[in-house]
Amino acid sequence: MSEIRIQNQDFNPGEEIAALADSQGSVGAVANFIGIVRGDDGMVAMTLDHYPGMCEREIAAHVEEAKRRWPILGVRIVHRVGRLTPGDNIVFVGVASAHRQAAFQAAEFLMDYLKTRAPFWKLEERNSSSVWVEAKSEDDHSANRWK
Amino acid sequence: MPPSGTEPREPNAKLLYFAWVRQKIGRSEEEIAPPASVTTVEGLVDFLRRRGAGYEAAFADLKLLRVAVNQEHTNFAATLGPHDEVAFFPPVTGG
Repeated sequence: MSEIRIQNQDFNPGEEIAALADSQGSVGAVANFIGIVRGDDGMVAMTLDHYPGMCEREIAAHVEEAKRRWPILGVRIVHRVGRLTPGDNIVFVGVASAHRQAAFQAAEFLMDYLKTRAPFWKLEERNSSSVWVEAKSEDDHSANRWK
Repeated sequence: MPPSGTEPREPNAKLLYFAWVRQKIGRSEEEIAPPASVTTVEGLVDFLRRRGAGYEAAFADLKLLRVAVNQEHTNFAATLGPHDEVAFFPPVTGG
């Protein structure tokens, strides 16, 4: 069971987490991550652009990769796009598994992918200037450790 | 086969632009019918560059650009077929 959504509107983390539980009792752990827009360095807003279609397909491929690596029972990924301001939710990643280790690791693996290689672009507004964020190597390092 | 009495359609390419590529070109997508001489992404870029200053600015330095054909990452030497979806964008920054 996996769900991937890319949307403008906000999400409710509680609802996403609740949807990862199951009625059979096989889920013993749900790990989740919520990314939130920071307001440091005078950031006023961040606008996320994505490649509709390709973005969902690529994320789905990485969910499949996570399922090959860990015994996962459910995944939910919600990523927001459009203009977001400090304090807004950006991304939700939730992974359900029988045990916590697989849930933690798979959630981190998916988050590292989303932060580095998923087809998103970020426009940061600071004071009166807007700048497209360039790809950075620190996050790449986080993603490379899963190779 | 096209129905009789209609001209065969020109092979169209659907082009998509993201992030600053979209801003420089001034649109997010378009359909074009490139000349038959355009057989690669590189050839398409040369053709697009002649369409105006925005295109010229967007494609000024291909090292800053990435390309996907039919939603798969590829390179500028890639061969194009008819009706391909070609997307130009800066290196992805993730969410």
